[in-house]
Amino acid sequence: MYVAVKGGERAIDAAHAWLDRSRRGPVDQPVLDTAQIRDQMGLAVTRVMAEGSLYDPDLAALAIKQACGDLIEAIFLIRAYRTTLPRFGASIPIDTAAMRLKRRVSATFKDAPGGQILGPTFDYTHRLLDFRLMADGELPTEPLAEGGETESAATPHVLSFLNRDGLIEDAAPDETPPADLTREPMELPADRTLRLQALARGDEGFLLGLAYSTQRGYARNHAFVGELRIGMVAVEMDIPELGFAIEIGEIEVTECETVNQFKGSRSEPAQFTRGYGLTFGQTERKALAMALVDRALRWEELGEEDQGAPAQDQEFVLSHCDNIQATGFLEHIKLPHYVDFQAELELVRRLRAGLSDQDEDAA
Amino acid sequence: MSDQAYNFAYLDEGTKRMIRRAILKGIAVPGYQVPFASREMPMPYGWGTGGVQVTAAVLTPGDVLKVIDQGADDTTNAVSIRKFFQRTAGVATTERTNEATMIQTRHRIPETPLTGDQILVYQVPIPEPMRFLEPRETETRRIHALADYGLMQVRLYEDIARHGEIATSYAYPVEVAGRYVMDPSPIPKFDNPKLDDCPAIQLFGAGREQRIYALPPYTHVRSLDFEDHPFTASKADHACAICGSGTSYLDEVITDDAGGRMFVCSDTDYCAQNAKGGA
Repeated sequence: MYVAVKGGERAIDAAHAWLDRSRRGPVDQPVLDTAQIRDQMGLAVTRVMAEGSLYDPDLAALAIKQACGDLIEAIFLIRAYRTTLPRFGASIPIDTAAMRLKRRVSATFKDAPGGQILGPTFDYTHRLLDFRLMADGELPTEPLAEGGETESAATPHVLSFLNRDGLIEDAAPDETPPADLTREPMELPADRTLRLQALARGDEGFLLGLAYSTQRGYARNHAFVGELRIGMVAVEMDIPELGFAIEIGEIEVTECETVNQFKGSRSEPAQFTRGYGLTFGQTERKALAMALVDRALRWEELGEEDQGAPAQDQEFVLSHCDNIQATGFLEHIKLPHYVDFQAELELVRRLRAGLSDQDEDAA
Repeated sequence: MSDQAYNFAYLDEGTKRMIRRAILKGIAVPGYQVPFASREMPMPYGWGTGGVQVTAAVLTPGDVLKVIDQGADDTTNAVSIRKFFQRTAGVATTERTNEATMIQTRHRIPETPLTGDQILVYQVPIPEPMRFLEPRETETRRIHALADYGLMQVRLYEDIARHGEIATSYAYPVEVAGRYVMDPSPIPKFDNPKLDDCPAIQLFGAGREQRIYALPPYTHVRSLDFEDHPFTASKADHACAICGSGTSYLDEVITDDAGGRMFVCSDTDYCAQNAKGGA
């Protein structure tokens, strides 16, 4: 006699044990240390921090280890942890002009006050597998160039030089406290601060694809990288008991400001416009993509034409850019759907039976 | 045994209060989708995070919890969610429908009639009944505000014109208390009549979509239809191979590679009780 399948609980426990074992790999190899991940897989760590919306390299490294290197899974671990943390308050806005720079490039000016710093970039590497890395992990013999990170002397933003002549739209400071995406449900249409929040934690791949689509003509907005800078900034918080702000720590961020062509509209004079990207850590692909998508989403306030392009459609972009939401809903179709499928089977069988009845009637 | 590192039922009290407010609003406006600030949970979106948050917000230490998925207590995800609340809330659990004070479900309503002492929590993937007719949230909110449901009527009519009947077999749309059109979650339409005039509180949680809605006890819930094409609840035309019930909803099980199949109750508790002769 048929007995209904039981044993879901034992299957789950066994699956988890198997997962733990396969994470560890062969035991004759040394176990991977989270400090090694943190310090030697730094770009994976910063992606997890950026999309996990939590600046903590140690926890990000742990999450990457626990997730066996699946970064979206690691981001999910960080998000789930983040949501349990108490909130003490909000910092005052970080001052990216006072950034201690390790990289700063402008594609619009050959030189600008503060200079250009290439920093640790893949940009001009030849993508040839370096088999020495397989053999050993020794440091390169070339000595580190003089200079390194700048001191905290403020380096003005390149776009501020354009701004002086009124050639680029003004970005006046807005003192309105921004809404918090993680504490209130997203309401559409969303203002720019909310959009930027969503993009900052959005999936790098999704934003990359959208940004690329604008470059290929789906709401093209002619972006130049006015400035891309990476470095450490101080995080300061107002302490009510003290009556002034004190520095509570330092974080690494990537900031990208694009200069976008704009011919002017009925309401706006001809001038350059801005797109903005800001992300945790060294995540410049993400920051660039974010800036392009930010600019594309601004079509309405700038009086541009709605071309019906995906990158212009804020409901489309904001509803689908979160990889934790997306992967959850995508992957849930693995879960049992016996009941709905049974309902569909029965419907299809009935419709087919009805059809054959009609055929007989016709005959 | 509960996990001391987290608050009772995992969520902090501030979050629970926020969710309870959404639930109360939902109960006050039956069938209306209340936006709420859904949290990231330690299981993925799509696994029932909305239902889990609703359950966590209304669970009390004295509750007896039952969790089912596809009608069964022992499907993997039901096991996982039950374990989660055993660990974080330490509440008693049961597989018996009539012993539970709270039931979290995915895709089914138990066969055993619910009572006024029970709360049924549904996991909802897409709360918006109009979503596949109109993908924009900004537009569907307008549709609900104006009760402008013509689009849905046209869709149902087109089904009849094309197929001779309304070709929706699960997540069959309902009208709540004469006002809001609501998605009852992907339950088979066989279960739709149980929504109506139900003594238990029915709560619906959609985590990823950040929506909560509710049916207070004894709410009139009407499955959408036409006078000349009335709604019919349907199931496979068989009896359960285990307990012999001719009235419960059935799963089809493939038993060999030569087209052999059998039908068994999807509600495992009902089936077991019925087989014993006690249901």
